[in-house]
Amino acid sequence: MAQYQNIFTKVQVRGPAYAGTPMPSPAWKRSGEPFFNHLFGILGDAQVGPVYLGFTGLLSVVFGFIAFEIIGLNMWASVNWNPVQFVRQLPWLALEPPAPSYGLHFPPLAEGGWWLVAGFFLTLSVLLWWVRIYRRAITLGMGTHTAWAFAAAIWLYIVLGFIRPLLMGSWAEAVPFGIFPHLDWVAAFSLRYGNLFYNPFHMLSIVFLYGSTLLFAMHAATVLATSRFGAERELEQIADRGTAFERGALFWRWTMGFNATAESIHRWAWWFAVLCPLTGGIGILLTGTVVDNWYLWGVKHGIAPSYPHVWGTVIDPATLPGAPK
Amino acid sequence: MSEGNYILKGGLYAVALIGVTAGTLFGLSMVSRMNRPPIISVQRGYRGTGLDQLYTPAALAALQAANKMPGVLPEPGPNGPKAGAVYKNVRVLGGLSVGQFTRLMVTFTGWVAPKQGCAYCHNVANMADDTNYTKRVARRMIQMTQNINANWQQHVALTGVTCYTCHRGNPVPQYIWFHDPGGPAAGGYSESHMGMGHPTGAAGDSSLPYDPFSPFLEAAYNIRVQSEQALPGADNHSIKETEWTYSLMMNMSQSLGVNCDYCHNTRDLGVWSDSSPARVTAWYGIRMVRDINTTYLDSLQDVFPPNRLGPTGDNPKAYCMTCHQGVYKPLFGVSVLKKFPELAKPVPATGTGPS
Repeated sequence: MAQYQNIFTKVQVRGPAYAGTPMPSPAWKRSGEPFFNHLFGILGDAQVGPVYLGFTGLLSVVFGFIAFEIIGLNMWASVNWNPVQFVRQLPWLALEPPAPSYGLHFPPLAEGGWWLVAGFFLTLSVLLWWVRIYRRAITLGMGTHTAWAFAAAIWLYIVLGFIRPLLMGSWAEAVPFGIFPHLDWVAAFSLRYGNLFYNPFHMLSIVFLYGSTLLFAMHAATVLATSRFGAERELEQIADRGTAFERGALFWRWTMGFNATAESIHRWAWWFAVLCPLTGGIGILLTGTVVDNWYLWGVKHGIAPSYPHVWGTVIDPATLPGAPK
Repeated sequence: MSEGNYILKGGLYAVALIGVTAGTLFGLSMVSRMNRPPIISVQRGYRGTGLDQLYTPAALAALQAANKMPGVLPEPGPNGPKAGAVYKNVRVLGGLSVGQFTRLMVTFTGWVAPKQGCAYCHNVANMADDTNYTKRVARRMIQMTQNINANWQQHVALTGVTCYTCHRGNPVPQYIWFHDPGGPAAGGYSESHMGMGHPTGAAGDSSLPYDPFSPFLEAAYNIRVQSEQALPGADNHSIKETEWTYSLMMNMSQSLGVNCDYCHNTRDLGVWSDSSPARVTAWYGIRMVRDINTTYLDSLQDVFPPNRLGPTGDNPKAYCMTCHQGVYKPLFGVSVLKKFPELAKPVPATGTGPS
């Protein structure tokens, strides 16, 4: 018997490949002969393609590829084109923004210029992909929620790499490209600006980040747990909400006295997901521009408690008379 | 069973196989970097602030075995003829008695060149001969040791240091550093080395700046990058500067085998009143290492032969690890300085000896 209660889809329903709704605008056709793939079917829908690339999609891929190449080739050059070292060191390799002395000027390519060029193309690529998502949604007669959720992530990206550096007057304030380098940057950012944990917008961002995972787990678990009654079957649920939804709702009402509805749970999830980068971006934007040391700001506003100094008085030795430099 | 089920099963097995293989490799790489439990947490700060040092018995036992101070020869008296009068070319320790001088030379051999013996520094046909560079280096190092013990007690206290603190039976201390120009890069229009972006053992295998020593432990660049006021003012230290400081701090942490919060309260790393007194000791330590490197080791640049120099031709230099070797106090704080008063301060040339 077909059962939908596993983390993998155990049953794959196969019909003829579906090409999708007719295209209102003939400027660009969907491309690729659709085919079926079993492995894909385990994780999602077994049908692959056709794809609508469109000219925004095509340009986005091209610009994204240019950025990818600039970053990758500079990383490879940094190990003198050695393929073995490139693979070994890849997580550590970086394309760094220019030095602070360049301010907002365009530096030589070898001294941060490539970082600006890569950032320009990557931003262009991301924005074009946003347009593509927006336009695909309109074409399908959907709402544009996906596009605006993506815009929230783009907001954080642009704050980090463009708006904040602009306000600070230095490209050096921006994030490097690279796996470990961008993580080191995050730590250094918090160190420089006096501990980001005291930044209220950072707090909010964490709330929405962890809240998103909690909501997603609650929602997904509820749907999977009631899928044995057909909770994920859209058509039947439209006609008759039936026992699956009722049980899910009852479960939470019994557990915590309150339950989301089939619609509102997705509003909860959407807002939590969107507010995570939105508040995070505000927190980043205020750092260095409006607040220079979040811990001291926290002391000033009474959110950082003081603890007894168990070691007695410790004085900065540089302030003592006759101290070495 | 239908054909479809076989394909499905095959697919699942393939996914499982890839997953298990990747998981095993990832797991092994993680386990290889783990500490063997139990982990002992030593609370140092006020309760609830998480200012704890973490140790594992296995790692601690290994450290204790590797950081033992060897026994010392009995001390002869300061009486009798002076070494400076009996031997030729005794420039630094001439004020010692012959007995003190001989004991010290024998001790140095054990500390620095136990396998090579006297001949590592001396021309045994003429002990006064200064031809060997090692002898000239050793003389400067004795002066350095005396200077550290006499003038840097804010860092070494009365525990002090001896040759053994760094050398541990090696003619060249195990932990030294040179200017690091970075590995070979393509150059041209490609991004030049920005001093970071490669795995570095200097800072916990991170991609932080790989030479945090030159700017801070030889030159005296600013280490403080955190703003000292809540709102923006004149402080324009950059995130890039912070990465250099961060790298230095990671190096200090691994050199001493301690967490950040051995010195700092990590909620406000820059605030002195929340820091432990160890931060003050470390502050003097940084200045002491600068003094060691600029006044003593850099002065030996022309004395060292090419095979002792770094990739850019610079002399070897010291950092926290040179003495500490992974322990918060070198050799776990065991001091033999009282038994070697001639190393505690410069020996007067004609005096009766420091004891």
